[in-house]
Amino acid sequence: MFDWLDHLIALLVFDTFGLSSESRWGHALHFFFYDSIKILLLLFLITFLMGIVNSYFPIDRIRAFLSRNKLYGAEYLLASTFGAITPFCSCSSVPLFIGFVKGGIPLGVTFAFLITSPLVNEVAIALFIGMFGLKTTLIYATSGIVLGTLGGYVLGRSKLEPLLSDWTQGVMQQAQAEEAFSEGQRTFSQRLPEIAREAYGIVKSVLLYVLIGIGIGAAMHGFIPTGFFEEYISKENPFAVPIAVILGVPMYSNAAGVLPIIQVMVQKGVPLGTAIAFMMAVVGLSLPEGTLLKKVMSWKLIAIFFGTVTFLIILSGYFFNLIL
Amino acid sequence: MKTIKVLGTGCAKCKSTIAAAEAAVKQSGVEATVIKVEDIQEIMKYNILTTPALVLDEVVMIKGRVPSVDEIAAMLR
Repeated sequence: MFDWLDHLIALLVFDTFGLSSESRWGHALHFFFYDSIKILLLLFLITFLMGIVNSYFPIDRIRAFLSRNKLYGAEYLLASTFGAITPFCSCSSVPLFIGFVKGGIPLGVTFAFLITSPLVNEVAIALFIGMFGLKTTLIYATSGIVLGTLGGYVLGRSKLEPLLSDWTQGVMQQAQAEEAFSEGQRTFSQRLPEIAREAYGIVKSVLLYVLIGIGIGAAMHGFIPTGFFEEYISKENPFAVPIAVILGVPMYSNAAGVLPIIQVMVQKGVPLGTAIAFMMAVVGLSLPEGTLLKKVMSWKLIAIFFGTVTFLIILSGYFFNLIL
Repeated sequence: MKTIKVLGTGCAKCKSTIAAAEAAVKQSGVEATVIKVEDIQEIMKYNILTTPALVLDEVVMIKGRVPSVDEIAAMLR
């Protein structure tokens, strides 16, 4: 997909700058330019496409649909899938949570949405395509959706309603299927400039992290020998996955910067499954999100929520290492 | 005197919406105050699912996206 860019950068680094393609600096610089440009192109493209989807995505109707229909368990899968499609803004997760509860949607289904929404988001998808290719991205997105479905189901079965904050419980008792406000129809050409502006805003906000991440990745790429990490993090080490996941949970803002480094670590011998599990922990769970949730639930429920998701991510890490 | 309320829990998009609303008030010359609503309980009274949202004289006009300055100015007039 990006062969042309590869050649173009090779032309620049090896011919124009006169660096040898065998030298460490040549390797590192080629990696840096190639990856930065590729990731930026992908980031803009994916955020733009997701922006279009989101602009037309009838979240209100979906809420009404989920609250009106009993779907014999499929509602967990549906909620999780919707969570993947809607772009994540941490500030929307609480209004969505309350909105769902208010609409009479069961807590577990709401959790399914809440788990997948940050896990499968446009920035992570764009970076995954750029770094690991389409196949790995699909595995990541699919397992994110499965994880949300399972997590929502488990949490929904656990009778956690008493652990919600008093205010949320009050909202829950008055729950009714209601129609939320919806805006008048706007044309595609009215929406387009906004979507482009928003895509640009998202790319701009993660740009620095991506460049720093790729910079560190490039240095590692040129200067760390292949197979270096195999000694420390191998598939055989049973503790590698849980340690990687637990390290990943507190990281959030650096998600965009962490992936380029992970990519190089995979090239140098870290098992891909362990790396994906680590990424899920970085992207899917964040402490700032946890604090936001304090408004709607008790610390105990936040801990149960985080614990369940962490556990499922660790399980999927082992699973990836088995199949990949 | 009109009142614009910007509903949002303080993320980047909410801040840009507030900035856009303030710029729109200046641009249109209409007398209006811009109020930032960050309390989630207050926000949920407006029955919205996505933030930021813009409320003009207690009517929700925009939700889940950052409007442009021109768009808000047009609403004010």
